[in-house]
Amino acid sequence: MEQLKTIGRELAMGSQGGGWTGQSKEFLDLVKSIGEARSKAEEDRIILREIESLRRRIAEPDVPRRRMKEYIIRLVYAEMLGHDASFGYIHAVKMTHDDSLSLKRTGYLAVTLFLSDDHDLIILIVNTIQKDLRSDNYLIVCAALTAACKLINEETIPAVLPQVVDLLAHPKEAVRKKAVMALHRFYQRSPASVSHLISNFRKRLCDNDPGVMGATLCPLFDLITADVNSYKDLVISFVSILKQVAERRLPKAYDYHQMAAPFIQIKLLKILALLGSGDKQASGHIYNVLGDIFRKCESSSNIGNAVLYECICCVSSIYPNAKLLDAAAESTSKLIKINPDVAEEHQLAVIDCLEDPDDTLKRKTFELLYKMTKSTNVEVIVDRMIDYMISINDNHYKTEIASRCVELAEQFAPSNQWFIQTMNKVFEHAGDLVNVRVAHNLMRLIAEGFGEDDEGADSQLRSSAVNSYLRILGEPKLPSLFLQVICWVLGEYGTADGKYSASYIIGKLCDVTEAHLCNDTVKAYAISAIMKICAFEIAAGRKVEMLPECQSLIDELSASHSTDLQQRAYELQALLCLHSQAVESVIPLDASCEDIEVDRNLSFLDSFVQQSIEKGARPYIPEIERSGMFSVSNYTSQHQHETSSHTLRFEAYELPKPSPTPAAPQISVSTRTTDLVPVPETTYYTENNQASKLQPVLDASSADHGIKLHLVGVQKKWGRPTYSASSSTTSSSEKKTNGVTHLDGVSLQSQGTLYDSKGQQSEKQKLAASLFGASAGKTEKKPTSTQRAPKANTATAERPGVARAVSPEISKQKAASSPPPDLLDLGEPISTTTPTIDPFEQLEGLIGPTPGPSTLDNSVTTSEQKAPDLMALYTDTPPSSSSSISSGLGDLHSADKNSPMAKNVPSIKKGPNPQDSLQKDATARHVGVTPTGNNPNLFRDLLG
Amino acid sequence: MIRAVIVMNTQGKPRLLKFYEFQPPEKQQELTRSVFAGQGALLSGRPDNVSNFVEADAIFGPVIFSSLLFVSFVAEITKKKKQEEFKEGTRLVYKHLATLYFVFVFDSCENELAMLDLIQVLVETLDRCFKNVCELDIVFNFNKMHTILDEIIFGGQVLETSSERVLKAVEEISRLEKSSSSVSFVPKSVSGRFGR
Repeated sequence: MEQLKTIGRELAMGSQGGGWTGQSKEFLDLVKSIGEARSKAEEDRIILREIESLRRRIAEPDVPRRRMKEYIIRLVYAEMLGHDASFGYIHAVKMTHDDSLSLKRTGYLAVTLFLSDDHDLIILIVNTIQKDLRSDNYLIVCAALTAACKLINEETIPAVLPQVVDLLAHPKEAVRKKAVMALHRFYQRSPASVSHLISNFRKRLCDNDPGVMGATLCPLFDLITADVNSYKDLVISFVSILKQVAERRLPKAYDYHQMAAPFIQIKLLKILALLGSGDKQASGHIYNVLGDIFRKCESSSNIGNAVLYECICCVSSIYPNAKLLDAAAESTSKLIKINPDVAEEHQLAVIDCLEDPDDTLKRKTFELLYKMTKSTNVEVIVDRMIDYMISINDNHYKTEIASRCVELAEQFAPSNQWFIQTMNKVFEHAGDLVNVRVAHNLMRLIAEGFGEDDEGADSQLRSSAVNSYLRILGEPKLPSLFLQVICWVLGEYGTADGKYSASYIIGKLCDVTEAHLCNDTVKAYAISAIMKICAFEIAAGRKVEMLPECQSLIDELSASHSTDLQQRAYELQALLCLHSQAVESVIPLDASCEDIEVDRNLSFLDSFVQQSIEKGARPYIPEIERSGMFSVSNYTSQHQHETSSHTLRFEAYELPKPSPTPAAPQISVSTRTTDLVPVPETTYYTENNQASKLQPVLDASSADHGIKLHLVGVQKKWGRPTYSASSSTTSSSEKKTNGVTHLDGVSLQSQGTLYDSKGQQSEKQKLAASLFGASAGKTEKKPTSTQRAPKANTATAERPGVARAVSPEISKQKAASSPPPDLLDLGEPISTTTPTIDPFEQLEGLIGPTPGPSTLDNSVTTSEQKAPDLMALYTDTPPSSSSSISSGLGDLHSADKNSPMAKNVPSIKKGPNPQDSLQKDATARHVGVTPTGNNPNLFRDLLG
Repeated sequence: MIRAVIVMNTQGKPRLLKFYEFQPPEKQQELTRSVFAGQGALLSGRPDNVSNFVEADAIFGPVIFSSLLFVSFVAEITKKKKQEEFKEGTRLVYKHLATLYFVFVFDSCENELAMLDLIQVLVETLDRCFKNVCELDIVFNFNKMHTILDEIIFGGQVLETSSERVLKAVEEISRLEKSSSSVSFVPKSVSGRFGR
């Protein structure tokens, strides 16, 4: 139908002497039948038939030239529709030789469309092009230039280059223009062959004809992009051109939508942006004209905006000028200044985009919103983001949105309450996709609260968190990370405000492990939480009645495959039998924020060691001392007994050189074995006296080695470098961070309501208002900066913390109590079977001065149960294997053996009070809700 | 630079294909098709109320970003080099007029808004040339269309932006062709082939 109509129109046009009378009937029929084709297949058939007939007829001898022209056009048409017309190429090439302008142009058009620049037929055309470039008829020259532009390749450039260069001075501006472009094209193809002619571009820049000048900007832009410095001298020319353009000195023909030659302006601005970037002097010339353009630009039309945009780009890339930057900012906000409604319209457009069915549009919008988030609008934006996050299924993008939500919430949260709620939502819907770190941050926030001063607010916050979590637990499916957080918070603060009974919380926690098909980590969190609640109850003097489901949980976990779970279950069982005071010191109430400091010197054991020595035990000799002494004494012959002790000497090949700093654990391992095996006991016994005499010497050296060894050994052995004392500094600065967030949020919250004055505003407008704040556009950069500062502090503060942790060690170094950590390599951290003294009895005695006759029994039994747990918390050695190893090794060095064992008990550094240290240890356990293998960073995250 | 100019109708039939870097016919077809109905139905499936700018990397990549105007301001990278296909930073801008799509494909060196207006220049010129241009004018006179385009874009660079001057140049070409063909004794019917 459409075709019929157009035919009608064609006839009408034809009678007017219009467009298509020139075409032959056949061509019209072809186009018509293609237009009527119902399917692609039909169209293909028609074209193929056409091609067949063309192939036949084009090969006929003596085809009239006008006929040939039409054939060629039909071939072009066929190829445009995707069919191969290569048989006709040669005829197109032949046509370029024709004298007639019309035919020649058609020929050139066809070859430029048909041939690539490496086609075999090119060689046949080069000669024609050469000839035509010298033609008198400028149209022929133009056609040849067009063809040259498309067809001349690297090898043939030299053939036409001289002619093209000559044409740069052609009287016709159309030719000059095209010659410039052709030269540019040659430059793009092969910069080397044209490099000596580049100066021509500079000359053409001063051409009388604005068209030529405009065309020259294209190659110059490319050249300047490649090498800015050699064109700095042109800045003034460009500026003066731009000035003339802006002052409308160019012919009217270049005006476009009331703009003076906008395309040339855009190109010039692009060039100036390149030239001015980072160059103060060059930029100095540009400022003026840029200012002019800013003033003249009207943003009413599309092209006006294009120029304005280019201007802004230019201003931002050249050497900064405050005035221009202001102007740039102003011109972008001009719209809003003129009429706030305009801005509102755009704001609404953004809101519309959020509801657009097009997903990519939404994403872009969220990107935009993410970038413009301030503390005034964070709530709205994050809410929107979470809604969107819930609605999408794409895990990858969900992760991204979730992490952005978290980031924004952490940065701009108006209140902790809100932060926790937001985090809950994020966890609920994308829990398994967010970083573990986020969970730990959340836990920390709940634990630390607002700050030290406001205990009431803290507890309110916690109880609200507990409430919300208890509610959320009703949900059918929760991600495991979120469950971990819930378990931890419930364990820590579930019973804190007395609103919920312990058994209720325990019941809930048991439900967690059952209802949610959760992994071991969650179970571990849950049982730790149960343990904590039980401990709080016991400490408060209340009786804990074991719920049946809890008991069954404990039973189940005791038989678990995971040693970690097993251990926790046993620990819980053990804890239930403990006396309330012991429990309280093991798991004190609300102590998750307390700092745990590790006394690496184990100074609290001093008295114990002293006691042992008094009872006849040998003092501890550090590993290096032993091997070092062994070798050094041989060569220096300090010890006369050395010779008598042994007849067979191994040192010659056994000890290449006593390394002064045997920091690496491997070295110590090897020396140990040599030590243990060949050295007879007598050596040590005789040495005993010597060693005690040599004590001061050893002291000094061990202190020297000790420091290094401690640091290296501790980190490597335990694999959890998180016990470092740096935690205290970190956590305190974190608290500051929270405080800042809070203040910002409160002061800024009210701004979003400014828009409400507008009377009857739709829902969307309100949303827009809350998103964008007042149209005045107050920029709230402050929160970001203040927010960042404490974070930076945290990073730097950590280091002094470490340093501080090291320094007291040196002062407290004592030979007896400073076993180098490589002794742990013996793999005998626990020795419950030590015949001489039971260290756990000792430890138990340290716990408190209270144990009466009744508790003594209790403590003894528990100590035996607890001991492996204590150890296993810090070492991965299963408790069962340790006793056999230790018993096998015998009790030669009871002091030695005790110390590595005791060493595992972290203690406070500040004072030598052993009770404190034990308490700290308890706190460590208390906080370390899940020191499982797959969560090694927990401490670090929790504590800083 | 401008990589390609594609004019096609709303059914996706190409009316004019001009690639400023050589593309074999099959490739041309493929690109045209993907521009018309690429992933996510590029032109054919685009509602009228969305932006005219499309990231053309999408034709070859999995994702299509229909960039909002202000968002598209953000990304401005990549250098052009010799390339076989549209490379990164390639965008296309289109204008939907009556039954035709005018599509310009260009790289990051060009200003998108300016390109949109260059389409306007082209269309204005065509309109003046054919007096109320319609699809059929372009179908039957696509060689003339090529002539006009050659006056505006030359080797991928914007040569002339004033439609008045383009028109003048084209008219002069037609006139000279006519006269030269009459000189070469070609029958009148042939000379009329180029219209005015």
